[in-house]
Amino acid sequence: MIRVHIPAPMRGYCEGKDVVEANGDNIRQLILALDCSYPGMKDALMDQDLLKPDVAIAVDGHITPLGLLQGLSEVSEVSFFPAIGGG
Amino acid sequence: MTTMDKKAEDLRVVGTRPVRPDGADKVTGRARFGDDIHLNNMLHGKMLRSPHAHAVIKSIDTSKAEAMPGVRAVICGKDFPVIEHKMVAQGEAGLADMRDISDNCMAKDKVLYDGHAVAAVAADNPHVAEEAVKLIEVEYELLPPLMNVRASMADDAPQVHEHSFPGAFIAPTEAHIANASRIHMANGDIEKGFAEADHIVEREFNTETYHQGYIESHITTVDWDSNDNLTLWTSTQGQFEIRDNLADVLEIPIGNVKVIPMEVGGAFGGKDRIYLDPVAALLSKKAAQPVKMAMRRDEVIRATGPSPGAHIKVKMGVKADGTIIAADYHLAYEAGAYAGGPIFLGVVSSTSRYNIPNLQVNGFDVIVNKPKTRPYRAPGAPQALFAVEQVIDELASLIDMDPVDFRIKNLTRSGDILLPGFPLAPLDTEALLQSVKAHPHYTAPLEGENRGRGVSYTMWFNLGAITSARLSVNPDGTVHMSSSNPDMSGTRMTLAMQAAEALGIDVAEFSANVPDSDSIGFAMPTVGSRTTYSTGIVVIEAAAEVLAEMSKRAAMIWEVEPDSVSVADGVFSSGDKSITFKELAHRMLDTGGPITVHKTGSPQSFIPAVAAHIVDVEVDVETGKVEILRYTAFQDVGKAVHPDYVEGQIQGSVVQGIGMALNEEYFYDDEGRLKNASLLDYRMPTSLDVPMIEAVILESPNPAHPYGVRGCGEISIIPPASALANAIHDAVGVRMDSMPMSPHKVCAAINNKS
Repeated sequence: MIRVHIPAPMRGYCEGKDVVEANGDNIRQLILALDCSYPGMKDALMDQDLLKPDVAIAVDGHITPLGLLQGLSEVSEVSFFPAIGGG
Repeated sequence: MTTMDKKAEDLRVVGTRPVRPDGADKVTGRARFGDDIHLNNMLHGKMLRSPHAHAVIKSIDTSKAEAMPGVRAVICGKDFPVIEHKMVAQGEAGLADMRDISDNCMAKDKVLYDGHAVAAVAADNPHVAEEAVKLIEVEYELLPPLMNVRASMADDAPQVHEHSFPGAFIAPTEAHIANASRIHMANGDIEKGFAEADHIVEREFNTETYHQGYIESHITTVDWDSNDNLTLWTSTQGQFEIRDNLADVLEIPIGNVKVIPMEVGGAFGGKDRIYLDPVAALLSKKAAQPVKMAMRRDEVIRATGPSPGAHIKVKMGVKADGTIIAADYHLAYEAGAYAGGPIFLGVVSSTSRYNIPNLQVNGFDVIVNKPKTRPYRAPGAPQALFAVEQVIDELASLIDMDPVDFRIKNLTRSGDILLPGFPLAPLDTEALLQSVKAHPHYTAPLEGENRGRGVSYTMWFNLGAITSARLSVNPDGTVHMSSSNPDMSGTRMTLAMQAAEALGIDVAEFSANVPDSDSIGFAMPTVGSRTTYSTGIVVIEAAAEVLAEMSKRAAMIWEVEPDSVSVADGVFSSGDKSITFKELAHRMLDTGGPITVHKTGSPQSFIPAVAAHIVDVEVDVETGKVEILRYTAFQDVGKAVHPDYVEGQIQGSVVQGIGMALNEEYFYDDEGRLKNASLLDYRMPTSLDVPMIEAVILESPNPAHPYGVRGCGEISIIPPASALANAIHDAVGVRMDSMPMSPHKVCAAINNKS
């Protein structure tokens, strides 16, 4: 199962848990699976069929530029958080 | 492909100090900046700006200006396309509404800050344009201005925007807050954590708005030709960001816009957004002539993005053994007139360097009637550190622990989970603080009255993001390198050094440029300490492909299998045959033609770096003036590609940090009018205000980069304010809760204490 770290603003969707588990071959499938267990997750992260532009995703500690298309393994760890920048 | 990784001891070019190739041209005036563009039939544009901080535009009459001889075009808000809400990821700047960006370039229905653009004129010369601007008549209906975060967040505050989006950060804002979006992040059990604490410190801080202070103002020249193609010459951190924003705001195809980045006379985060560009474009279209626009200094300060003022509350609990057991932060940052300031970066930077098991941060992005904030070197971090590192100092004192040992005990270390939910990438955080303790400055005697020493420690992150580069081998063995990121700090050299390292040739064999937006692949702007690190990776990957292609050519010449060809230090070999890079380049055209590799990539983001500073001060208790006696800045840069440049980045960052700490602030009157929009009254440090800043470079390799490089351009602006505040406390026993710590505030604090 894929471990998903849930940021504080989204824990209301999943009974206050900071880590949940789900399956999916890529981020899109993972979000859809999360939404089945915890309704509202999809709308928090996606705008129709696209990842919201202010959401960043880390897979196994690395920020991915592939967004919803990022592939996952059964032992992946995934984090969602706001996109970052600098000056 | 052969791995391009090299250990530090094997590096031949990286780590040396070649003479800067653009230095002489810049100091003799040969380098071409935005103001050096002079086109045939070029007009000069000038802007009319609002004298009010918050008002409805009732009417604009441009007829007298249009009738003035020499005036060729006049525009105002109604000449802009009507932009519906369109949320666009701005990379380093987060999410932005293109309607807000358009309105910030020229007000449509309301002005939202003193200096907001209202109308513009293009004329035969700048003097005529300035006179014509004065003839434009605007009728305003004044509204009460909201000039700080507490006023804007008050329950009875009027709503500045009818359309502003709430809850910009992943999930909806839990409760409606006037003019603010909220981000909430947490780990552990905050109440349980504070219950276990032996000591708790709770303090409140305020910081003021301050500006990047780049010497070159915003300058752009636009030629809108008869085929509706636009060419821009502009001073920018990102030719693609300007291109794409302009196309969105003017609702024209991206393919019709070409942006030529000029040399940059300072930016520090403030030049990645359009201001004058669409205005000059519409004037050029209307006049059918090219138009140049340049801001005066007062326009730059009044109307371009400063760094936010903030209101910060910090509560931290510590156990008697020195473990920080709980922390609760409230960060309310000005966004300026439109949503989207650096609050998330404030949240991350306030928390990332210490491993605190029970942690809660509430961040607020707050709309005020000031210019839209823009990134400024480690945006959002100095404000947070000013607050948190003072409380850290106080906690260490409460448990009678050395302040550096206290920080070491609570360090975030590689693999620890950061607040966003992923582990800290490899970095030797303790080595940095141990080097602080071992440095002679830390234990040097500090004698004399009212003298004190302060330290501060910070963590910051490199952006990776999309970037592009091209290497072209010339027939004489020289190499031309094009990189997609405007050069603000010597990156043409640092990228060429990495390419030279990878190719095994001398960096003197390179020429380098930053092409226009038509002539190289897309890239995010030069921001987030990313170019030497991120574009460096892409340049090294391009070099690997050049070597692979040249190996094939050598194999062709020698009639051997390509796999049998090896290359080291610029020499290709197979068996007893060998040929140098230069000799093989001579054969390029008769072995298959030119060798050019264009490479695009998106290296990892969130690459960590750390810095710690020690500062000694003497406080004049009569005047409140703080004199800096000695300053030492420690920074882990992974691998210093060009140590001179790294030292320059550290020293420049420290000087800017000192400026915001001790002097720099926007002064507004009760009506929201800025009263110090000049460099006489907006007091930046001069060479007389700062001592020699000793830069201590540490090199804990970054495994995400073939040579271990980390970005170095931002982090050292973060610690100065908090280090100085701690030094002032050590000198005269007062905690400074307001930044800048200008003389009158220091005097007031001393008087209140006594």
